[in-house]
Amino acid sequence: MNEWLTPIMWIGGIGAFCGGALALAAYYLSVPEDPRIEQVTNELPGANCGGCGFAGCADYAKALVENKTSPDRCPVASSAAVQAIGALLGKAVVASGRKVALVLCGGCNTEAIRHFSYNGITDCAAAAAIAGGDKACSFGCLGYGSCLRVCPVNCITMVDGVAKIDSSACIGCGKCVAACPRNLIQLVPEEAKIHVLCSSRDKGSVVRKVCGVGCIGCRICVKLSDGAISMDGFLAKVDYTKPPLTNEELVEKCPGKCIRKVG
Amino acid sequence: MEYVLLIIGAVLVNNFVLNRFLGICPFLGVSKQMSTAIGMSGAVIFVMGMAAAVTWCIQDWLLAPLNLEYLQTTAFILLIAAFVQLVDIVMKRFLPALHGALGIFLPLITTNCAVLGVAVMNVQNESSLGISVLFSVAAAVGFAFALIIFAGLREKIERANPPRAFRGVAIALVTAGLLSLSFMGFSGLVK
Repeated sequence: MNEWLTPIMWIGGIGAFCGGALALAAYYLSVPEDPRIEQVTNELPGANCGGCGFAGCADYAKALVENKTSPDRCPVASSAAVQAIGALLGKAVVASGRKVALVLCGGCNTEAIRHFSYNGITDCAAAAAIAGGDKACSFGCLGYGSCLRVCPVNCITMVDGVAKIDSSACIGCGKCVAACPRNLIQLVPEEAKIHVLCSSRDKGSVVRKVCGVGCIGCRICVKLSDGAISMDGFLAKVDYTKPPLTNEELVEKCPGKCIRKVG
Repeated sequence: MEYVLLIIGAVLVNNFVLNRFLGICPFLGVSKQMSTAIGMSGAVIFVMGMAAAVTWCIQDWLLAPLNLEYLQTTAFILLIAAFVQLVDIVMKRFLPALHGALGIFLPLITTNCAVLGVAVMNVQNESSLGISVLFSVAAAVGFAFALIIFAGLREKIERANPPRAFRGVAIALVTAGLLSLSFMGFSGLVK
């Protein structure tokens, strides 16, 4: 055999042998994947937001089929989709209901005082680092849009210096919750419409000085709400585990004008 | 004693990553988290040991008798790549637990220079099959050692606050350099 044919033959032979072995192995040793994984993936919203704690919808679907988690972990899926997944997996599911993000501050520029003029970079964390932020209320929304820059569906807008979240577009992924340096954003049930739009833990007298729409801790709402609103220090808080509030009297009677109907 | 020296030499003195600069891509690529670094380390140890055995066989039984040593690199890459794929398929079928731990790292190291390097080095040293496998596993342990130390450092750096120009890859490369420098201190420990 001549000196160029031999190497071609041998290397070609090794390649053909390896290729054949791999083809046979792939054919005979293949592991069938559970077809339900694909079906469940199709039912999920496909936003790949990571809100469930898994690396995307397909990963979550795999964990669901392998029975490692429960179908109500997805914050985006509608209750119908969650029920459909439950049916595919043969499980009874109590849908947790869609949750949307809400900014618990109503202190817009016309109501809340800014006690100095901030002209640094437009980022809430940066603004908060300089003398506690330009907003006189140390709990208020700074309005520099750290939340709207992380929103994957662009449903946050700045309205008069306060972030507003469009609850119909919000997918409830919770990225803005983590982005807010003042922890003003909370995931609340979509059905809940009446909220306390204030996060200030200051005393009523302090709140009054810096904001026209802050909670002054008067407790009127606690008496009217039948236990669905409770006091946490000087701040009224809605208990979202209870059925949603419907009593519009709360909105009318709040002297701080911080209880409002949203959406 | 000879074996102990061989192992110490491969793990510390002539560390694959930090002294010979082989396998730098996974060293920088998968060292961001300790958990992935450990998975990758396991996969590298496994593949390097196996690849050494396979390449030794092909070298001694096929290439040397046919005077085809100049085809070493081609043949080794071909064989290692095919072999790793085969191991991947077989492991998925019969050892799903091990596949779950190492699976995603296996395809990453099919054409890793450290794997090829150790195979070529075994040929250069003209070592026997047993010594080849032992040296390869020791070299892979050295790789794992460096990778895990580096992952630990990077996890700390992630939380630190380096100057802006150094953030990310830059500080990682500086750290890798310093780590390499410290491993140079082992030189002379074993001839």
